[in-house]
Amino acid sequence: MSPDNHLNREVLGTLQEVMEDQFPVLINTFLTDSEERVRHLQKALAARDSDTVRRQAHSFKGSCNNIGAERLASLCQGMEDAGRAGELDGVEQQLVEIQQEFSKLKITLKSFAG
Amino acid sequence: MSHDTPLTILVADDSETDRHILETIVARDGHRVLSARDGREAVEVFEQERPDLVLLDALMPNLDGFGAARRIKALAGESLVPIIFLTSLTDTESLVQCLDAGGDDFLSKPYNRVILQAKIKSFNRMRAMHSTILDQRDQISRHHEHLLQEQTVAKQVFDNIAHSGCLDSNNVKYYLSSLAVFNGDILVAGMRPSGSMMVLLGDFTGHGLPAAVGAIPLASTFYGMVHKGFAMSDILREINHKLKTILPVGIFCCATMVDINFRRQQIRVWNGGLPPGYIRRASGGEPEPITSTHLPLGVLSKQVFKDDMQVYDLAWGDRLYLWSDGIHEARNAEGEMFGEDRLRAVFEESEENATLFDRILGRVQAFAGEGRRDDDLSLVELQMDRPEHINAVAAEAERHNRSTLSEWTMNFDVLPSSFRHFDPMPLLLNVLVEVPGLRQHSGDLYTLLSELYSNALEHGILQLDSDLKSSAEGFTRYYELRQERLAHINEGLIRIHLNHSTTDEGGILRLRVEDSGPGFAEGARVPAVSEDGQAYCGRGLALVEKLCDAVRYLGDGNEVEAVFSWRSDA
Repeated sequence: MSPDNHLNREVLGTLQEVMEDQFPVLINTFLTDSEERVRHLQKALAARDSDTVRRQAHSFKGSCNNIGAERLASLCQGMEDAGRAGELDGVEQQLVEIQQEFSKLKITLKSFAG
Repeated sequence: MSHDTPLTILVADDSETDRHILETIVARDGHRVLSARDGREAVEVFEQERPDLVLLDALMPNLDGFGAARRIKALAGESLVPIIFLTSLTDTESLVQCLDAGGDDFLSKPYNRVILQAKIKSFNRMRAMHSTILDQRDQISRHHEHLLQEQTVAKQVFDNIAHSGCLDSNNVKYYLSSLAVFNGDILVAGMRPSGSMMVLLGDFTGHGLPAAVGAIPLASTFYGMVHKGFAMSDILREINHKLKTILPVGIFCCATMVDINFRRQQIRVWNGGLPPGYIRRASGGEPEPITSTHLPLGVLSKQVFKDDMQVYDLAWGDRLYLWSDGIHEARNAEGEMFGEDRLRAVFEESEENATLFDRILGRVQAFAGEGRRDDDLSLVELQMDRPEHINAVAAEAERHNRSTLSEWTMNFDVLPSSFRHFDPMPLLLNVLVEVPGLRQHSGDLYTLLSELYSNALEHGILQLDSDLKSSAEGFTRYYELRQERLAHINEGLIRIHLNHSTTDEGGILRLRVEDSGPGFAEGARVPAVSEDGQAYCGRGLALVEKLCDAVRYLGDGNEVEAVFSWRSDA
């Protein structure tokens, strides 16, 4: 694991091997996908729909793990837990953290997407 | 199906990123990939494409992974479609939910290519095994069905043959399991034309079809011969010979055969290898065992087979009991056998003969207990009764009168142009053996007819003098003259008159042969005089006299009548 644990380089390296020429496409897919997830989370949170929050956070977390975005994954985990517990108070703060983390990640990942 | 065969794999995940990764891994390994973005789509794609394996995300919109898994498993039916849940759910409850929905395995994120490959490979092996098992199961069930079908056909054929007899006669009680023929047990009963009843209880070695194959030739031989009036020893010999010829070594038939002569109140019994049958007297007393004194049918060759029988006089109401070893060997829950002693005890404690059959059967079945009964039990009771009480005797008499030659007369004229080459013997003999009881006398009948015919031809028509035959030269001369005269004969007639009537014991055949020759009156033949004053011509008629009850000359001596009487229960 990389020291900053934002991005597990090992996971990403393996993925790069597996995906070969498809790797840049994958990265772009992840970025678009994630923006979509964030929007969904915002909506669900505004609607106080804890079940959708849980599902969206769960799926987002899975993708993050696949890419090696470990910090983002653990932020999603927190949100998923809140969603499952039906405790949406203060979750807006978590969403802000997710957005911040995603922005940082985007910059790093874009360098891979070529 | 090899486990390296490329598969069609469905990837169902709502996250495009995750789906893309999986699709790439799977496609790189040479498999065909189908994609679905939610559960509903996954079910649709599955229905259309029938993929071999499904990778299913647990949480998806529009029908989640659990629901999709259930539908897919239902659609797959009995074919094995492994479902691997893609999940980062880690709590036991969620995992149990996956399994409950029909999931076969899990793959967690981040995806590991090697692990996924290993899973696909091992599931493919499992699929191959599963489909082999299904194929084999289907094959077994096809074989089984086929076997049952064959057994049904065999049983039908067998029943048609075996039940052509008189097992339903009112002096017979029997018990056989419905599939007895496949236990090797066989029971046949038939009426001879004379009105005696023949019964054979047999037990072939082995079980199943091998035990049943011998039953058909046995039954068809039995019925064929019994109906034609053959003697018991001939029937036993023929069955033994047939079984010996067609059955492999080690398959044979333990049997008891009984001939019940109601008129004489007598039974003759041959027992080869079956447990002793019992005679139960109406007057009471100990049962008399009829033990086996022979080897089973189908063991010995024709030359050494023994057909001697035990003869018993029975009073009206006396009963004979026969059984296969199924009675003796019926086992109770403890594995103990019913045995001879218990069987004897049933006889000793039973006063009432009319219910004895049911008591024996009931006792054995109670001993063996529910669910284990009936498989191998064969039991027969035969009762000696007045012939007029027995419906099979009446039926046989009826059948006999209706369908066989009994009372008849026939005239047959041989005309000059036929004297030279035509031999009327085979034709006449064919008619005679249509009378069931006469068949066994066909040898004697042939001698009779041919002597009378040649007598009429040679002395009556051709006017040959039998004295010529007293010397060797004369003998030759006799046949030269015979040839010569036959060549030129163009008039004359030989009339053969046959008349048959039945008696209680059998029948009487009158053979009259008349020729158009001059007879004794003309002095063409000088009849010699035998000791009892009867005239005869040559050694031929001496033989005729010996075979017949009476021989007389009618008219001018150009007509001879021979009376041949026969008994059916010889």
